[in-house]
Amino acid sequence: MNGGDEVAAAPAGPPQSLDWKFSQVFGERTAGEEVQEVDIISAIEFDKTGDHLATGDRGGRVVLFERTDTKDHGVPRRDLERMEYPIGRHPEFRYKTEFQSHEPEFDYLKSLEIEEKINKIRWCQTANGALFLLSTNDKTIKFWKVQEKKVKKISDMNLDPSKAVGNGSIASSSTPKLCLANGGSPDRSYNYLGNDFSFPPGGLPSLRLPVVTSQETNLVARCRRVYAHAHDYHINSVSNNSDGETFISADDLRINLWNLEISNQSFNIVDVKPANMEDLTEVITSAEFHPTHCNTLAYSSSKGSIRVIDLRQSALCDSHAKLFEEPEAPGSRSFFTEIIASISDIKFARDGRYILSRDYMTLKLWDINMDSGPVATFQVHEYLRPKLCDLYENDSIFDKFECCLSGDGLRVATGSYSNLFRVFGCAPGSTEATTLEASKNPMRRQVQTPSRPSRSLSSITRVVRRELITGAENPGVDANGNAFDFTTKLLHLAWHPTENSIACAAANSLYMYYA
Amino acid sequence: MSMIEEPLYPIAVLIDELKNEDIQLRLNSIRRLSTIARALGEERTRKELIPFLSENNDDDDEVLLAMAEELGVFIPYVGGVEFANVLLPPLETLCTVEETCVRDKAVESLCRIGAQMREQDLVEYFIPLVKRLAAGEWFTARVSSCGLFHIAYPSALEALKTELRAIYSQLCQDDMPMVRRSAATNLGKFAATVEAPHLKVDIMSMFDDLTHDDQDSVRLLAVEGCAALGKLLEPQDCVAHFLPVIVNFSQDKSWRVRYMVANQLYELCEAVGPEPTRSELVPAYVRLLRDNEAEVRIAAAGKVTKFCRILNPELAIQHILPCVKELSTDSSQHVRSALASVIMGMAPVLGKDATIEQLLPIFLSLLKDEFPDVRLNIISKLDQVNQVIGIDLLSQSLLPAIVELAEDRHWRVRLAIIEYIPLLASQLGVGFFDDKLGALCMQWLKDKVYSIRDAAANNVKRLAEEFGPDWAMQHIVPQVLDMINNPHYLYRMTILHAISLLAPVMGSDITCSKLLPVVINASKDRVPNIKFNVAKVLQSLIPIVDQSVVEKTIRPCLVELSEDPDVDVRFFATQALESCNQVMMS
Repeated sequence: MNGGDEVAAAPAGPPQSLDWKFSQVFGERTAGEEVQEVDIISAIEFDKTGDHLATGDRGGRVVLFERTDTKDHGVPRRDLERMEYPIGRHPEFRYKTEFQSHEPEFDYLKSLEIEEKINKIRWCQTANGALFLLSTNDKTIKFWKVQEKKVKKISDMNLDPSKAVGNGSIASSSTPKLCLANGGSPDRSYNYLGNDFSFPPGGLPSLRLPVVTSQETNLVARCRRVYAHAHDYHINSVSNNSDGETFISADDLRINLWNLEISNQSFNIVDVKPANMEDLTEVITSAEFHPTHCNTLAYSSSKGSIRVIDLRQSALCDSHAKLFEEPEAPGSRSFFTEIIASISDIKFARDGRYILSRDYMTLKLWDINMDSGPVATFQVHEYLRPKLCDLYENDSIFDKFECCLSGDGLRVATGSYSNLFRVFGCAPGSTEATTLEASKNPMRRQVQTPSRPSRSLSSITRVVRRELITGAENPGVDANGNAFDFTTKLLHLAWHPTENSIACAAANSLYMYYA
Repeated sequence: MSMIEEPLYPIAVLIDELKNEDIQLRLNSIRRLSTIARALGEERTRKELIPFLSENNDDDDEVLLAMAEELGVFIPYVGGVEFANVLLPPLETLCTVEETCVRDKAVESLCRIGAQMREQDLVEYFIPLVKRLAAGEWFTARVSSCGLFHIAYPSALEALKTELRAIYSQLCQDDMPMVRRSAATNLGKFAATVEAPHLKVDIMSMFDDLTHDDQDSVRLLAVEGCAALGKLLEPQDCVAHFLPVIVNFSQDKSWRVRYMVANQLYELCEAVGPEPTRSELVPAYVRLLRDNEAEVRIAAAGKVTKFCRILNPELAIQHILPCVKELSTDSSQHVRSALASVIMGMAPVLGKDATIEQLLPIFLSLLKDEFPDVRLNIISKLDQVNQVIGIDLLSQSLLPAIVELAEDRHWRVRLAIIEYIPLLASQLGVGFFDDKLGALCMQWLKDKVYSIRDAAANNVKRLAEEFGPDWAMQHIVPQVLDMINNPHYLYRMTILHAISLLAPVMGSDITCSKLLPVVINASKDRVPNIKFNVAKVLQSLIPIVDQSVVEKTIRPCLVELSEDPDVDVRFFATQALESCNQVMMS
């Protein structure tokens, strides 16, 4: 763990702010290039080891990346330096493969179009070197296996006339109809193969087994199972259980429990649908299993609450074991209070003790043992508060930002507008609050002054570039040149499970940073 | 190399297709692996085919599954049991693949082969294989290994046996829950091969580990196997080591674990003997019957009769019956339904007095339950109570329930009750049936739903079988035949169907005198659908009636129909005429 060195070396007290550096970008836009809707990334997920990264996009594709710098992980640092490795080594990834996970569909019974957009990706247990993952769109969850397969080159066939084998040529001795080789066989041939057909005791020496010659491999993705027809509303989350055999899927009103091996039945464990839909006041926005306790899961709601339920208590978990919500500050109520309270994403920390939640304006960290209020609240983009009205008008207020925690649980991160994302230290006493931009120069926006950003040369070029993208109107830049652009929002990001490395999506581009 | 001769061609194709691009062709070849083996001969099968298959492990799962299955019965093709060990390598590879069903099949085949192998071969080949799998890098291999210990263990020497037990114990504590689940599932089988002293120590400590697992799914499987395990132990050991665990499980925090206990508990009673059952298991069971979770109560309620059979009547009346009373008014319909499906079985266990005094009120309240499933479950087991309390007492309360179900607005409920009518009729006797149920049976023939009418026609036939042709002549046939004049053609069609079913039961005479004229008459119907059904019914009557009747009555009618303007009528009439001709020829 290179990134962890500093943390480990630091004396007691809050860890220092991290110095984030650009690592890689995949699918970078060239100036003036228009973003295709289908290419916009809609899900990012590291696997448990951090050796693989998956992204899903609106076109229903899943792209896999693999880490390239880990093969020699056990080698002492001294040796690495001698081998002329760059000193500040950090996770580096390369494109591995991609596949079409979902296609657009049409539900004829309900006259509804089902988009192919990937809403969530979750990695499952690796086995025999094959990778497994779950991907979901609004309605259908799929279980994928990605595996190296040998490219078969078969030789030494019994019947292939094109190959003259050894000293005897089959072609010369075979009648024309035998040239069918391994294709369809002439009608009468199988007649010989009744069970009573007797072979000589020593077998038939002229028969040969095919020989596989090529050992080349390529990656093949196969859909192993399709979990369909269980959700009336749009699926917002899928989450694996630590038992390795079950997972949940959540839509607006229900959470279902599945066995990975059984695709034709699931059990409904949470149902918040009121008898009369007019009484509906709250929907489920996100759900996740506890990382180690197989019977605990948390789900968030549009009213800003997080419920933790215990699957052991009963088969239908309509009553929660714990409820986390922040009491409303008196007198602060406005038209937007309820809208911005809606939680767009929750994540358990790796140890399962803390839950991180993201609502429109803040990140909140909750201790699972303390339900009176969050242990920490981080303002993500407070400068937008006066503009809530505009954000409501253009629907941006309903954007669903994701959040993530570092593997060591010391930091949290989430996205904002103008392709910015923020990293906060959540260790006691930490004041770390970094703003980064998803570009090749992430620290450019380091000084976070909402009223007057420094206008360096680079930021001018960036504005120019954005003008090219968003058109002449340039809606995000106000009279002061204060740029925040609602159309370039950074919704999806993920933290490497063991190192300080973040992958985030800016439209169709995947940016990776390390510290 | 010699050339491929003509008769070899198909087998050559089969071999080539082992590596075809098309999965169907590969599957086809794998399924005929025995043919390929016979063509190659035993020696080449051992030296070439089996190694070839061993390398074939990255094929599609469907092909691997078929291969795992074929190899299980391959001993004759490699030259008999002395060569059985050559089959182990390909199956070992299959034990490590990711797809569960392939691994399970490979384990099954390995067990089948292992059971036939010679002792020294087991030691030389099979046991090392089990050890390799148990030490496998990926969890898939370790999962598979758990299912092989019971084959390997008996032929191992003492030192090796100790090692195998130690390995299994490690598997019970594996990092991966999948492995621990497999260890829990297979513990009973393995334990059955372990000697008594080790059973008490080693196996019990493994069981202990599994019962304290963090993962509910592992504990669950541990419970599932505990009945099998309990039966291996001496009763006193079972009481000492096992009972506390089970009692503990019955109060587990997880409802799924309690659910499993509720399902298994009655089997354990046999293992521990009567006294501990009375003192420990009855209270545990009573707790489960009153569990907070409906799913647990469903499982417990479903076993109430089996449990009572093990107890003596006093215990059952004293402890279980009060719970049964509570369950009969449970808030969950599924609990009541589960209870209703077994409660009838309690009558013989409790004896006549207790049944009339205590059980009958419960029956009656369940018979009036608002959910049809509950009522149906009671009615379906009626014969069991009848033997104890007699039908008179029951019939007064039974009838309203039946009538209500017979008119239920869900057609599936009506269908279910129709299916029980013949049983009821046999239980209740002719007299009761005539008074009360006869009219219902006729009413169903005029139901709005086809499936009900169809079932009603069948019901009429079964009643005729039950009570005999004479009774049917009086109580069924006239009423049925009356309905042929119904203004709606669909109902007339139902009657035709009923006639065709009744005819074989009623015999030739009645068919000729009563049924046939009605059918012939219906051939003049104005609806073509009726007419071609007449043709079909006539065809079915041909074997029943006398040859002369066929010629005199049926044939002329069919001839007429075969000239009908409607194409379908002509088709079925012609078909029926052909059967006439065939009968005549023979």
